[in-house]
Amino acid sequence: MATSQSFLTSLSRNAGTLVRKYAPLTVLIGLVVLFTFISPNLMTVNNLTLMLRQISFATISAVGIMFVMISGAIDLSIGSQIVFTNIVMAILMARYHVNPALAILCCLAMGTLLGTVNGILSVRLQIHPLIITLGTATIYKGLGYIVADGKNIIGLPESFKVLGQGYLGPVPIPVAIMIVIALIANLILTRTYFGRYVFAMGGNAEAARLAGLNIDKMRVGTFAICGFASGITSVLLLSRVFSGQVFTGQGIEFDCLTAALLGGVSFIGGEGTIFGLVTGVLIIGVLNNAMQLAGLADFYQNVVKGTVLLVAVGFDMYQKRRKVKEASARVSAQ
Amino acid sequence: MQDSQVVLSLRDLVKRYPGVLALDHVSLDFTEGEVHALLGENGAGKSTLIKVVAGAITPDSGTIGINGQHFTQMDPHLARSLGIEVIYQEFNLVPPMSVAENIFLGSRVGGRWLVDFRTIRERARAIFRQFSIEMDPDTPVRELSPAQQRLVEIAKAVSKNVRILIMDEPSAPLSVAEVEHMFEIINQLKQRGVTVIYISHRLEEVFRISDRVSVMRDGRYVATKATAETNRKELINLMVGRDLTESYPRRRIVPSKVALEVKHLSGNGVNDISFSVRKGEILGLSGLVGAGRTELAMVVFGAAAAQGGEISVHGTPVRIKSPADAIRRGIGLLPEDRKGQGLFLEMGVKWNICFPVVRRISRRGLVDTKAEGVIAEKYRRRLDIRTPSLEQQVKNLSGGNQQKVVLAKSLAAESDILIFDEPTKGIDVGTKQEIYRLMCELADNGSAIIMISSDMQELLGMSDRIVVLCEGQLAGQVGREQFSQDHILDLASGTH
Repeated sequence: MATSQSFLTSLSRNAGTLVRKYAPLTVLIGLVVLFTFISPNLMTVNNLTLMLRQISFATISAVGIMFVMISGAIDLSIGSQIVFTNIVMAILMARYHVNPALAILCCLAMGTLLGTVNGILSVRLQIHPLIITLGTATIYKGLGYIVADGKNIIGLPESFKVLGQGYLGPVPIPVAIMIVIALIANLILTRTYFGRYVFAMGGNAEAARLAGLNIDKMRVGTFAICGFASGITSVLLLSRVFSGQVFTGQGIEFDCLTAALLGGVSFIGGEGTIFGLVTGVLIIGVLNNAMQLAGLADFYQNVVKGTVLLVAVGFDMYQKRRKVKEASARVSAQ
Repeated sequence: MQDSQVVLSLRDLVKRYPGVLALDHVSLDFTEGEVHALLGENGAGKSTLIKVVAGAITPDSGTIGINGQHFTQMDPHLARSLGIEVIYQEFNLVPPMSVAENIFLGSRVGGRWLVDFRTIRERARAIFRQFSIEMDPDTPVRELSPAQQRLVEIAKAVSKNVRILIMDEPSAPLSVAEVEHMFEIINQLKQRGVTVIYISHRLEEVFRISDRVSVMRDGRYVATKATAETNRKELINLMVGRDLTESYPRRRIVPSKVALEVKHLSGNGVNDISFSVRKGEILGLSGLVGAGRTELAMVVFGAAAAQGGEISVHGTPVRIKSPADAIRRGIGLLPEDRKGQGLFLEMGVKWNICFPVVRRISRRGLVDTKAEGVIAEKYRRRLDIRTPSLEQQVKNLSGGNQQKVVLAKSLAAESDILIFDEPTKGIDVGTKQEIYRLMCELADNGSAIIMISSDMQELLGMSDRIVVLCEGQLAGQVGREQFSQDHILDLASGTH
């Protein structure tokens, strides 16, 4: 009796530690279990595939914004970058009959360029990236509207369809690309010196500068990566929607931000993992999907998503404060 | 002194934190109209004590007696209504607001809903007149110098009818002349019967301003002395708890070739500075706060722009335009603000130590984690960094071990010209000795060391030569045979 009780206490204590360490994952599992009861259709292969394809677009951009966030900045212009690059790429293919492969390259280069501009402006003007990218977001979106000239651009080459709508075996191509990008990003962030530098400048910019890091170059670099990621998203979205529309991608930055924050990426920099980010994206994906299955109207979905964000991040911060307290108690005990 | 009235009487105060007794049955009396200095090393319990008095923390047991009333705990509101005001080391003002607004912030002078600007302006002027302070009440606080901001804080306390004024390291950002002005004001407050509790690390100030001085150590009350009847040595002994006939390690080698030479260097607030440091030499850099010591180090290190002058490393003229250039030339900087400028607190010990070389030990962009482990372990042993593991977050280490991690960073980068900026600030006595030993060892192995320090004993004990700065200018160079505290202080104050 006594042993089984102590076993139970130790089990519950360990479970507590695990829950704390993997708070976002716990939220995700909880949601999945909950929604499986509510709508049994959730856990079918078909539905899961659908859901993964839904989230793949935002995930790729979220990987980009994660680099910027870990470095201690923020990019609010992702959606507008996509609006702009999406329209330009559609026009290249539909009106000027540019080879799709070349158009894709143009789109990626353009995304990288728009990101680079964000970075250079942040460095030169010495204004917080939040304001810089709020400004460029408005500009990029405006340029997209000007280029589109109020029209939907149709007549894209049929061969271009495969990227957004095709399958690789049972796996939708956007999902495959998302997985590859997440793996590469994980490698960069955890194993390369460049990844170290990104964490360093977000964790303590002054210490990084005094350790010989060129902060300005790194800033531009991280924004360029973010722009490149959005370029990929733009290509996939255009292929999926299959006509150039100015509404494509608008507001995607908020999904990316929410996912990153849900996944434990720090808003002030220096912290974040791909594992956490993917968990965050999945939480959003499951919420969207399950609420659609349950027939909840969009308005309710928004309220639920916002609430989950606040609860999850709030819980995470609470745990961190507790950890800091425990650690300082340990230090003073020494 | 004996018959003056006790206004604040602390009895048996205990404050326990997990694993540490921050206050260990402290009893202490403060009398009306005295300036009572509170001395003690870092972690002695001074801050905890004043926070208990100000109501910021609740003691576990004991009483706080104020004018005959006894309380088992304070809260900030109650403390303020009893006339207790605290001026903290960091400024507590709202920079965009005017001087007058700051003074009367939260005290609802004049109107019920709206701020009555005319009244607060006049009242602020009246306070300034009493203390002969020249200041325009309409100036935004952010345009004031640190010294003027300190005066605004004092005026703020006065406006609240302060009876007990607690000042925690108030002189830290001030120059000598400014400290004098503050002392005059403290004397005026004293004459009005205000009790001033003055916390400072600078013994000179304690002797200059206080009537009595109490010493704390390890959370315990040690002794109270009349300032006139004690001396520096006795106070240090009380603080440290043992005779500290400063044991600075002996040096084994004589400095050889010039490692770093600086000629007519200007920029970042320093002007036309020339000096050199040799291999195997420890060069002390002395000066008052604000003399430009750290600023000079930043220029040499490339962290601030030079406006003229030359730097040579091992006889070769070099251009240093960024910290990266300096590090490439073998110059290392251990900044004064370890946590803010030297460390990545959230990251592990290994991560921090290897950061400067992480690119060098990468192959095709990927960090060689094995090499990383070897490097970190090497310096952990060599510097005896005490940590449960190399993955331990640096923020969980003690100040001394953090300093060793900063040193390890520079050593890993293979720097042989090392600039230590206040290397023992906030470090306990035992670890201080270790840092001294390490610095001497490095010099003996041929490194050139520049040591910036405000601790005169340490500077005299460690340096082979001392360069003195005063107001951004070179004030003099002193060889070991001419070392004396008075001589160096004279140079530093520009009074020679």
